Amino acid sequence: MTELMPPQMSGGCRNAPVLKQRGQREVFCGLTGIIWLHRKMQDAFFLVVGSRTCAHLLQSAAGVMIFAEPRFGTAILEESDLAGLNDAHAELDREVETLLARRPDIRQLFLVGSCPSEVIKLDLNRAAERLTQAYAPKVRVLEYSGSGIETTFTQGEDACLAAMVPVLPKTDARNLVVVGALPDVVEDQMLSLLDGLGIDNVQVLPVRTIDADVAVGPNTVFALTQPFLGDTHAALTRRGARHLEAPFPLGEEGTTAWLSAIATEFDVSAETFEQVTKAPRRRARAAVAKAAAQLSGKSVFFFPDSQLEIPLARFLTRECDMRALEVGSPYIHDAIHGAELELLPAGPQISEGQDVDLQLDRCRAQKPDLTVCGLGLANPLEAEGLCTKWAIELVFTPVHFYEQAGDLAGLFARPLRRKGILADKGIAAA
Amino acid sequence: MKLTVWTYEGPPHVGAMRVATGMKGLHYVLHAPQGDTYADLLFTMIERRDHRPPVTYTTFQARDLGADTAGLFKSACQDAYDRFQPEAIIVGASCTAELIQDDPGGLAQTMGLPIPVIPLELPSYQRKENFGADETFFQIVKHLAKPMEKTARVSCNIIGPTALGFRHRDDVQEITNLLFELGIEVNVTAPMGATPGDIAKMGQAHFNVLLYPETGEMTARHCEKTFDQPYTKVVPIGAGATQDFIEEIRALSGSTVDIDTERLRQTWWSRSVDSTYLTGKRVFIFGDGTHVKTAARIARDEMGFEVVGMGCYNREFARDVRKLAKDYGVEALITDDYLLVEQTIEALQPEMILGTQMERHIGKRLGIPCAVISAPVHVQDFPARYSPQMGFEGANVIFDTWIHPLVMGLEEHLLHMFREDFEFHDAAGPSHHAGHAPAASVARQPALAAEGLAPQTPQECSGQKEEAASGQIIWLAPAERELKKIPFFVRGKARRNTEFYAAEKGVAEISVDTLYEAKAHFAR
Repeated sequence: MTELMPPQMSGGCRNAPVLKQRGQREVFCGLTGIIWLHRKMQDAFFLVVGSRTCAHLLQSAAGVMIFAEPRFGTAILEESDLAGLNDAHAELDREVETLLARRPDIRQLFLVGSCPSEVIKLDLNRAAERLTQAYAPKVRVLEYSGSGIETTFTQGEDACLAAMVPVLPKTDARNLVVVGALPDVVEDQMLSLLDGLGIDNVQVLPVRTIDADVAVGPNTVFALTQPFLGDTHAALTRRGARHLEAPFPLGEEGTTAWLSAIATEFDVSAETFEQVTKAPRRRARAAVAKAAAQLSGKSVFFFPDSQLEIPLARFLTRECDMRALEVGSPYIHDAIHGAELELLPAGPQISEGQDVDLQLDRCRAQKPDLTVCGLGLANPLEAEGLCTKWAIELVFTPVHFYEQAGDLAGLFARPLRRKGILADKGIAAA
Repeated sequence: MKLTVWTYEGPPHVGAMRVATGMKGLHYVLHAPQGDTYADLLFTMIERRDHRPPVTYTTFQARDLGADTAGLFKSACQDAYDRFQPEAIIVGASCTAELIQDDPGGLAQTMGLPIPVIPLELPSYQRKENFGADETFFQIVKHLAKPMEKTARVSCNIIGPTALGFRHRDDVQEITNLLFELGIEVNVTAPMGATPGDIAKMGQAHFNVLLYPETGEMTARHCEKTFDQPYTKVVPIGAGATQDFIEEIRALSGSTVDIDTERLRQTWWSRSVDSTYLTGKRVFIFGDGTHVKTAARIARDEMGFEVVGMGCYNREFARDVRKLAKDYGVEALITDDYLLVEQTIEALQPEMILGTQMERHIGKRLGIPCAVISAPVHVQDFPARYSPQMGFEGANVIFDTWIHPLVMGLEEHLLHMFREDFEFHDAAGPSHHAGHAPAASVARQPALAAEGLAPQTPQECSGQKEEAASGQIIWLAPAERELKKIPFFVRGKARRNTEFYAAEKGVAEISVDTLYEAKAHFAR
């Protein structure tokens, strides 16, 4: 199946020098992951142990999108908790009791550490063990850190999934675990593709409910659908599972390469692979081509946000004929991003971490046709005349696998198309 | 520890950001962990600002904690000065930085920057956003403004408006125009739009106009004491309050200029026969103290509503709101617990909510119309059009905003008369809200389907609270059917009144007669 990997024209970026700067990082903390994780795991509640800032962040990040009865909340630390007047663990037990009494549908409770809880060294691990004993078997209590001092944006999901790995049942069966939260519709498409390839013992992590049977052991292989799952990768490896290194299933090419790595592992015949992927590949290519007309020949600049930047740059340069100027990622792990970097044509500056002011200077100097950045930067850059794409939308929108490849290209094409349509050129922002 | 689902106010450093972002030429250096930069999006997305807030965050991480976070702060502070060349800097810490006790204020003051450096002490674990804004503005004024000779012509400062404020942009314009008509010059408007240089000149004004006590009262008091500037106590939201405000300004300034009130349409709109249907609508009011106080007066005296409950989320105004509630004969709800507000609304079953974006969602769930009167803000609270809350135009805007979610007068009657019409039925909701069937009528569809089977217990909107609401009282099927004939926007009240009446009379089963007995009992 080597024909699936087109030869490289100019050498990849795996060995390209990486620009590392330290300064203000304009990124979310890992708590933000709760916004999608709590929708994905329908019997889970996420209890942040933190400050009013944590609650405000969740509300502000979620407020623009949803306002249903949330399955997350914040146990806000107060002066008396910090001054040692209260036993923080007793306080936490009380809040958890109130919460579980009010929400009897909750089967999994995540205690989520924050910057203040880490700085005061509140031991949530001990709390989770204690609470698990108190509420077993009905409710399982786990803990992870979503703090800004430990995690950046999507690393919150990584920390959450990594926390679940040690409690997964052990199996000696040969199985495939697909790791990474995907929208249900996309997950179903993926399972159907794997089913078509004849791979039958497939499980996903995270699961929609606690009762689903995902198990792990020495005969387990796992594939990542998201590029930000470094800790989960390590945790699964510790359980004896083996990672199938592959590009990520973004775009037609990425999806094919991702499926191909699995197909190779499970000895799927070339004919079967061709038969299963032929039609969706054609559809994906056609859909991408439509949006790519808008993107072809244009330049793109990525600010670091979700760690999706490198796979997205690979998709935009190879399948949409864009030119990457800078690809910034909060973190780069060779074990996870290496395959992607190899496919990314040489040229762009690869950068890890951020000094936002210096990066803005570079962006302004290069005047990219499209800038992918966070919500705090998008409107100000638009007002300066740059065309932007909010990075967060790439995390909240179904973009993985064949049937979404066209939508993914469309997300980047729409701001450019809009700029072309609007007849108010020359009118400055308010 | 306190469990919180949604919050009405952010942390105090967000209040400081509202002041800094509203001003020009000021920079805020904030000692804060990575992730706290989320606050930028409040301004760039919700308010659609075309500039980044003037805030430099140190964004420290775990590895910095073992090293030199103080050094990190100093280099961030120096970089911010070099890059942005502000006229003054405010420095402070967010909640996590407060714990590591680096003392940003002290550090910044040792750096020898050639501009004023104003340290902020904002206790993150005790206070909230409004306090943060109020305290920050006060510190800036205390550091920068000095006593000065008063202007030759009578002038005033407008104080309180900030970035991310509820309609502050348009309120300032409306009140500036009103003051102009009264022959009074505005010396400085602050924080919004002011530079540190402008702040320094605040002492020139003869008096202060305090538009937002939540974010400007400390400054108003300081200026009264230090610069001998009295300040206005009336917040000009509503027709009556605007008239009182004008009188107050006249007393402070000696202005005798007549004000043309022709623009004030609200008073006639409210008196026109079309508005008769507003009479006695039961409203619940919740928001920040100032907007609640002004809304209560408009609701009762200018719209003819009945105020059945009120409250505020900012404890700083608890005393004022309690006192006002007493005048209105209701209990004040002082809380920032969203779930408690929801419970209160559910129990009171008002016909309308005047609240915040949070109550709008409660209303959506309970099928109760809601108009938004106060922060916390949402992208919808920054309309493109001119839309003040203050002054005469503000009164007009409020009239429109409040009646918009309601079913209009004649439509209300038509719904009564043509109940069976397949298009024009109550579940379709107000005709001017395309496709917005209230949640309550949707939630009750299963009850409709089961109609006629047996005596049923009534279904409350949430499907959970029915026991609490109805106790052991049973609705007989014919009474339940009769209840369905009452339009949805008064059905909740009819159900509640009937059950209350039945409980009071010791009636265990509600018949059609009980329903009408109750109706007669509660007739007004």
